[in-house]
Amino acid sequence: MAVPAPVLTMSGIGKQFPGVKALDDVDLRLLPGEVHALMGENGAGKSTLIKVLTGVHPADAGTIELAGRTVAFGSPLEAQQAGISTVYQEVNLCPNLSVAENILLGREPRRLGRIDWRRMRARAHQLLARLDVRLDVSAPLSVYSLAVQQMVAIARAVDIDARVLILDEPTSSLDADEVQQLFRVMRRLKEEGIAILFVSHFLDQIYEISDRMTILRNGRLVGEYPTSELSQVELVAKMIGQELAALERLHGEAKTFDRPLVEARGLGRSGAIEPFSLTIHEGEVVGLAGLLGSGRTEVARLLFGADHAGSGELAIGGAPTSLRTPRAAMTHRIAFCSENRKEDGLVPDLTVRENIVLALQATRGWTRPVPRETQDDLVGKYVKALRISPPNPEIPVRNLSGGNQQKVVLARWLILEPRLLILDEPTRGIDVGAKAEIQRLVAELSDGGMAVLFISAELEEVLRLSHKVEVLRDRRLVAELPNDESLTTDVLLETIASGGRVS
Amino acid sequence: MRRLLWPAVVLVLLLALNIFFTPSFFSVQVRDGHLYGSLIDILRFGAPLILVSIGMTLVIATGGIDLSVGSVVAISGALACLQISEDAGLPMAVAAALGLCLVLGAWNGFLVAAVGIQPIIATLILMVAGRGLAQLITDGQIITINDPAYKVIGGGYWLTVPFGILVVIAVLGITAFLTRRLALGMLIESVGGNAEASRLAGIRARGIVIMVYASAALCAGVAGLMISSNVSSADGNNAGLWIELDAILAVVIGGTSLAGGRFSLSGTVLGALIIQTLTTTIYSIGVPPETTLLFKALVVTAVCLIQSPSFRAKAFRRRGRSAPTQPSPEERVLAGRGGTA
Amino acid sequence: MTALTFGRASVPVKYLPVLVTGCLFVAMFVAGGIRYEGFASGQVVLNVFIDNAFLLVVAVGMTFVILTGGIDLSVGSVVALSTMIAASLMEGPGWPPYVVVPLVLLIGSGLGLVMGWIIQSFDIQPFIVTLAGMFLARGLCYTIGTDSIPIRDATFTAFAQTRIDLFADLWVSPSVVIALVVVAVAAYVLHYTRFGRSVYATGGNEQSALLMGLPVARTKITVYTVSGFCSALGGVLLSFYMLSGYGLHAVGMELDAIAAVVIGGTLLTGGTGFLLGTVLGVLVLGLIQTIISFEGTLNSWWTKIFIGLLLFVFILLQRPFSGRVRR
Repeated sequence: MAVPAPVLTMSGIGKQFPGVKALDDVDLRLLPGEVHALMGENGAGKSTLIKVLTGVHPADAGTIELAGRTVAFGSPLEAQQAGISTVYQEVNLCPNLSVAENILLGREPRRLGRIDWRRMRARAHQLLARLDVRLDVSAPLSVYSLAVQQMVAIARAVDIDARVLILDEPTSSLDADEVQQLFRVMRRLKEEGIAILFVSHFLDQIYEISDRMTILRNGRLVGEYPTSELSQVELVAKMIGQELAALERLHGEAKTFDRPLVEARGLGRSGAIEPFSLTIHEGEVVGLAGLLGSGRTEVARLLFGADHAGSGELAIGGAPTSLRTPRAAMTHRIAFCSENRKEDGLVPDLTVRENIVLALQATRGWTRPVPRETQDDLVGKYVKALRISPPNPEIPVRNLSGGNQQKVVLARWLILEPRLLILDEPTRGIDVGAKAEIQRLVAELSDGGMAVLFISAELEEVLRLSHKVEVLRDRRLVAELPNDESLTTDVLLETIASGGRVS
Repeated sequence: MRRLLWPAVVLVLLLALNIFFTPSFFSVQVRDGHLYGSLIDILRFGAPLILVSIGMTLVIATGGIDLSVGSVVAISGALACLQISEDAGLPMAVAAALGLCLVLGAWNGFLVAAVGIQPIIATLILMVAGRGLAQLITDGQIITINDPAYKVIGGGYWLTVPFGILVVIAVLGITAFLTRRLALGMLIESVGGNAEASRLAGIRARGIVIMVYASAALCAGVAGLMISSNVSSADGNNAGLWIELDAILAVVIGGTSLAGGRFSLSGTVLGALIIQTLTTTIYSIGVPPETTLLFKALVVTAVCLIQSPSFRAKAFRRRGRSAPTQPSPEERVLAGRGGTA
Repeated sequence: MTALTFGRASVPVKYLPVLVTGCLFVAMFVAGGIRYEGFASGQVVLNVFIDNAFLLVVAVGMTFVILTGGIDLSVGSVVALSTMIAASLMEGPGWPPYVVVPLVLLIGSGLGLVMGWIIQSFDIQPFIVTLAGMFLARGLCYTIGTDSIPIRDATFTAFAQTRIDLFADLWVSPSVVIALVVVAVAAYVLHYTRFGRSVYATGGNEQSALLMGLPVARTKITVYTVSGFCSALGGVLLSFYMLSGYGLHAVGMELDAIAAVVIGGTLLTGGTGFLLGTVLGVLVLGLIQTIISFEGTLNSWWTKIFIGLLLFVFILLQRPFSGRVRR
C-alpha cells in the first residue's frame, strides 16, 4: 500500500463561535490526485472547516500543513496564492462584470501595467473551452443563468495554479448534464494531480466521483474512509449517528380524489412557463418533477400569485379567480414555502417567534396584532411539533441551522391551516434527519385533507410522497403520471428526457 | 436593552461634564408657573430634532432613508407663516402646513414603494427641490409674524411644562403605541429586514412604506411649526438646514442600523438628546461656538466606534482580555451563507 | 430585444444611461440656442467647464466612492477646508503656492484615508463616517477663521487669471485643463488598472470580491483617499476661481456631486456606471444654471426646483436600464 504523501494535512482543528463549538479536534488529509468527499449533516462543521482552511476564519486550535510546511492563511487571497482555490456553495462572482473579468479578476493579463483586454478575453475563452462551455465572455455575467455562472466560477478556480481545489456544493444548481460535465473536468484535474475536496448532499454523486471521504458530525471527526469500502447505508448511519429505517413509500394505497381544489386552465406567463393545465384535489400530494430550470418554481409562483399570470384561468374551489398578489392567494388559503429560504423566506433579524407569526399577522393587518398569548401558544406548539432546535423562540432566526430555518418557514404557513401548501424544494440543502421529518409531515398533512404541491429535484423523494406526478421540461408541462407501482424513477427520467412524446 | 447602554453612558457623561462648569446645571425650578433649568432647555430646544428623528427611525427601519426632512421643516414653517400673515387663522395655517407635509411625505413613499427608486435618491429629489419650494413660498424673504397663539407651539407652556416637550411626548406615545402595541413595528422590521420575504408572507409593504414616509414628513412638519413659532418667522433658506443629518445621526447613535430591520425608539430619543446636550454643553462650558462642529464630529466618531462590534473586539483584544472572538459582520455573512456553519 | 439573443446582448445596454444623459445635454443646448440669443456659441459650453471645473474634479472622486457602493458626504467641507488652509497659509505666513498646494492636497488625501480606514476597519456605515468628516472639516474651517480670507499671492492669482486661448475666440482656464487631466487619468485607472476593476468588483458584490481574493479593504480605503484628494484639488481649483478662502464655500457641494454622478447614470448601489457619465452629469447641472442666468427673470430658487425635477426625470428614465442590469 504505497500511499502518496498528503498534499494537505489539517490536524486537531478547533473553532469556537459565541455559544457554539463549531469544530473540535478535527483532522483532514488530502492526497494528490484524489477526489475527497467531506460529508456531514448541516451543522456538522463542513463549511466552518473549509473557511478555516481558506483563511476566512482563523483556527482556535490545531495546525494546517500544505506540502509539508505549516501554514496559516489570513485571507482567501493568501490561501489562493498558496494554491488552495475554492468554489463556494453559492456563486460568488460579480454579476456586474463581464464573464472574462470574473474568471481572471485579480490576475488579468497586463502589458506595461495596463490591463490587456484582448488577451484577457482570449484567455477566458480558452479556459471556458477546457470545460466545454462557450459564451460571449465580454457580456456581463448577470445575463447568464445560475448554472452557467457556476461553470464560470469553476473556470476561475481551475485557472489558478491550484494544488487543492475545494468545491463546496457546486452541483446543487446544475442539471444532470452539467453535473456530468463537471465530473469530466474533475477527473481531468485529478489526473493532473490536483487534490479535490468535494462537498455535496447528493449521495449518488459522492459515490460516482469520490475516492475517499471524511465524515464529520456535530463538529467532531467521525472518521476517514475509502468510498468503496463504505456502503451508502453505513455512510448515512455515520452521518446522522443512528440507523435509518429503510425508506418506504409513505402512501400505501392509491386513493381517488374527487374534490378539486385548484384548477388551472391554460395558465402561463411568457418567458417563464408555457400555458399549462393542472388540477389539484383536496388531500392530494402532487409532485412536480423536472430538471433545474424546467419551470417548476414558475408553476408554483403562478399558483401563489408571486408572479402575474399572463394568460389562462384559475378556479379555486370551483370559483374562477385571479391571483394578483401573494396576499390574494393567502385569502384562498394557499401557502408557499419558497425554494430560496434565505432570500424569499426568512427575515433574519427577527426572532423565531416573529418569523412564525409573520404571515398570520400579515393577514390581519397591522391594526389587529395577534395577542401575545396566542403567539406563544401557536409558536410553542409548532416548535415542539416540528422539533425546531434550539427550542427557544426568542432568538434571531439567523442563528438556526438550515434545516431548522426551513422548519420555521414551514411553521409560518402551517399556523394558517392552508388548504393548499406549495413546497418548493423543502428538503434542499438540509440534513438527512430533517429531510425524513419533513417528508413524514407532508404525508400526515395530506392524510388530514390538505393538498400539497411538492417540488423536488430528487425523483425518489417525489415518488415517495406524491399521488400523482407532473413532469416539466423546457418550461412546459409535458406529462401527468399517476403514482402507481409501474412508476419508477427510471420511468420518470425517461419521461423527462423524451418530453413525454413516446411512452 | 444592552444596545441602549452605550448611548446612555455617553449622555450621562456629557451631562455630568456640565456640573464642573455650571454647578446649578441639574437644578430644575418653577418660575412664574413655568419650568426652568438647563435640563428643561435641552428638552425644549431638542424637541424639533427628537420629532424629526422619531420619523426618521421608522423610515430607516424599513431599510430607507429620508434626506428631505430638512426641506420639509422649511416648507411647513413657510406655509404656516404665510397663511398667518395673510390672516387665514391658526387652525387653517397649521392644517394647511401639515397637510402639505403629508402629501410630500406620501410622494416620497410613492417614489420608493411604488416606483421603486432607491430611497436615498428618491428623497434627494425633494431635498433639493424642497428648499427651492420653501423659498418660492416665502418669495425668498423671511416672513415675520406676530401671533401669540402660534407662538405657543414652540415657545409656550401648558401646566408649567413647555408645550414643545408635551408635543414630543404625545408623538412619541402615539408612535410607540402604533409600533409596539399594534403590529406596525414588527411589519416595518420585517419589510426592512427582508422585503421579498415579507411580500411572499403576504405583507402589503407598499402601504406601510408610504405611511412611514408620510409620518416622517408629518413629524418634520410639526418640527417645522415649532422652529418657526419659536422665532416667529419663517426662513425658507435656513430653517431645518442639515437637520436630516442630525436626525440620521440620532437614529444611528440610538442603535438602529442604516441597513433596516430592528429599530429602537428610545435609542433614537437618547441619540437626539446626546446631540442637543452636546450643543448646550459647548455653550455652557465656554468653548467658542465655532468649534461646535468639531466636537460633534468627535462625539459622533466616539459613539459610533464604541458601538462597532469590531472596534470593541479589537480594543478588548489589545488589552489582552481573551474575550470570545465575535465574528466580524463580514464573517457573519459568510458563515450565514453556508448555512452549515 | 433582438440584440438580446445570447451573449452579444448588453454591450449597448450598459452605455444607454450615458447616451441618454448625452442626448439631454445636447437637447438642452439646442433648446437654449433657439430660445436665447448668443447662447449657441462654443464659449457658452466652455464657460460651463470653466465655472464647474472644481465640481467636475470633486464628482470624479465621488464616482470612485459610489462605484464601490459607498458615499462621501464630506467632499463639500473638505473643499471649503482646502480653500481656507490655502488662503490662510498664503496670506498669514506668506508661504509660496508651490508649498501650500501640495500640502493642501496631502491634507485632503489624509482626511480621506482616515475616513476610509475607519469605515473599513471598524465596519461603520460610510454615510455616518463621512458625515462626521463633514462636521470635522467644516469645524476646522471655522476654527481657522469665520471670515472670508482673500488670496493675493502674485503667482497664485496670475495662474488663476491665465487664459488659455484655443482657436477662434474660444478660451479656457488652466483649471479646466487640470480637471480634464483628472478625468482622463481617472477614466484610465477605472478601465485599465487592477485597482479600477477592483472598484467595480467591490461595488458589484463585496462578498464575492473578497472571496475572489481581491484586496477589498485596500480598495475601499483607497477610494476614500482618492475622493479626499479630489476634494482637496477641487478646493484648490475653487480658490483659483474665487481667489479667497471661506468656511462657507461649497456648502451643499456634496449634493451637487452626488446629483451629477446619478444623472450620469451611475447606480448608488455601486458597480455600474462610467466616468464619462459623471462628466456629462456635471455639464447638465452647469447648463441648467447657464439657462437660468440667460432667462434673467427667474429667481435662484428655480435652479433648485429645476435640478430636483431633472433628478426625478433622470431617475425614472434610468430605472428600466438599471433594472435589467441588476437582474
